[in-house]
Amino acid sequence: MSAAFDVRYTAQLARLNLSEDEVAKFQAQLTQVLEYVEKLKRVDVSGVEPTAHATEVFNVFRADETRPWFTPEEALANAPRHANQLFIVPKVIE
Amino acid sequence: MDLPALSVADLQQKLRSREISSVEVLDALDARITAVDSRIHGYLSRDLAAAKELAATADVSLPLGGVPIAIKDVINVKGEQCTCASKILQGYRSPYDATVIRKLRAAGAIPFGRCNMDEFAMGSSTENSAFGPTLNPWDTTRVPGGSSGGSAAVVAADEAFAALGSDTGGSIRQPAALCGIVGLKPTYGRVSRFGLVAFASSLDQIGPFTKTVRDASLLLNAIAGRDPLDSTSLDEPVPDYTALLGRDLKGVRLGMPREYFIEGIDPQVDAAIRAAMRHYESLGAEIVEVSLPHTEHAVGVYYIIATAECSANLARFDGVRYGHRAQGAANLLETYGRTREEGFGPEVKRRIILGTFVLSSGYSEAYYGCAQKVRTLIRRDFTAAFEKVDAIICPTAPEVAFKTGDRSDDPLKMYLADIFTIAANLAGICGISIPCGFASVDGTRLPIGLQLLARPFDEVRLLQIAHAYEQSTAWHQARPKQGND
Repeated sequence: MSAAFDVRYTAQLARLNLSEDEVAKFQAQLTQVLEYVEKLKRVDVSGVEPTAHATEVFNVFRADETRPWFTPEEALANAPRHANQLFIVPKVIE
Repeated sequence: MDLPALSVADLQQKLRSREISSVEVLDALDARITAVDSRIHGYLSRDLAAAKELAATADVSLPLGGVPIAIKDVINVKGEQCTCASKILQGYRSPYDATVIRKLRAAGAIPFGRCNMDEFAMGSSTENSAFGPTLNPWDTTRVPGGSSGGSAAVVAADEAFAALGSDTGGSIRQPAALCGIVGLKPTYGRVSRFGLVAFASSLDQIGPFTKTVRDASLLLNAIAGRDPLDSTSLDEPVPDYTALLGRDLKGVRLGMPREYFIEGIDPQVDAAIRAAMRHYESLGAEIVEVSLPHTEHAVGVYYIIATAECSANLARFDGVRYGHRAQGAANLLETYGRTREEGFGPEVKRRIILGTFVLSSGYSEAYYGCAQKVRTLIRRDFTAAFEKVDAIICPTAPEVAFKTGDRSDDPLKMYLADIFTIAANLAGICGISIPCGFASVDGTRLPIGLQLLARPFDEVRLLQIAHAYEQSTAWHQARPKQGND
């Protein structure tokens, strides 16, 4: 299965640019990790329910009410660029 | 009097009797940090003036009144940096307090100092910090463990009375073991993660590093409980965690999992754990062999689930709302790709890629789906074991602190350092590491950690069992000498 693992393509899915050195190195290292986890496939999991997290809690509801939180200034304080109470980003559509 | 060497409980006594003031405590602590942290590098930053302002009005009658507590740089404290030891968050200032910080403040404690860590809590040695590694106070050629290596090292070196860290696969217990102190991972759902920068949401838990088990109980008293802002925190009653401390161990059954005593474990670690078991027997506890048959799969399951969750959680670091943004990108897509290339270190990149792959179309059932099912089997192993015993007793780590650089370029070897700790996160149970001896390696004394694991929400019992051992041995009193000590 891990033969199909392609670092360059996967990194693209993750919106993560890599140098050529990183591509070569991560391909080798992660192929080794994937070979290690292959042994999980030998475990008989027929009829076993998956565990998504460890507590038996599923839906947690709360009242749909507004509560005080950040001011726009606080929300924008860490932004690389902002103006007019908006985050400024490079052009998305040509 | 050597102030910074005090436990939290002893410090409180001196604060309450007015023998010392909280401001004096901070000055003494700051002097200690100045003297030793250039060697250890456990702290990324600290704001003495802000802490002293809080200390000036501290109410020492509160449970942790006037006690400074160091915080791993992954937990938000309003107005302070929260870099997660990553370049991508350099310069970030928290606009809010995490729930654990709000609770610590309500208990009178003073958050003081930001502790170094593996970037985004990914690592077992604190070598993955973008701001340089933390070194082990027992031997500065060795790692302190990770990912909360800074939190562990500053407590061990008396640069903090206590610290908070986070544990996703052992990141509290393993560094506590390698630094010779107490580290507690509470049950999943016991402590709110609101304001903890998420790594793997189904595994992450916040917990304390302390010099004694009593101190760990005091800190857990302050931070435990349901929080409406973290819907995974459970509405279980919060008992007084000091309640059973000092009770004897008659009738207590401890399980020795046969799968944890394997080849590859350091013989000195193995001997220390077996000696600890005999000690427990002398205290009246019974040692019973138990089996956790899916142990060998825990590392594989963990590195699928944790990386899958991290690839989703770290998608938020895209250079738009906070943190680093790459300059000169032609469009938004290029901004994302280059911001993340420049901002993340190699281990974080590896894990994002692995996590993205195991969730990707065509592979998610084979990897992620399969891992979630094996996770169920690992949980069942513990449920079955806890029908027979009150707690499980085993090593925290298969070895003592390793040399820096030893395996920083061998991810698989590094991942296997977590072999005894990650199952507790997968099963959601609570665990603690306490000092249980020393190994002698090339003439250096290196601490060994004993791990105890207990049922979900059974921290009262876990702490009782840990305390009984601690108080009848002297290991926790040993401290590494620093420079001019």
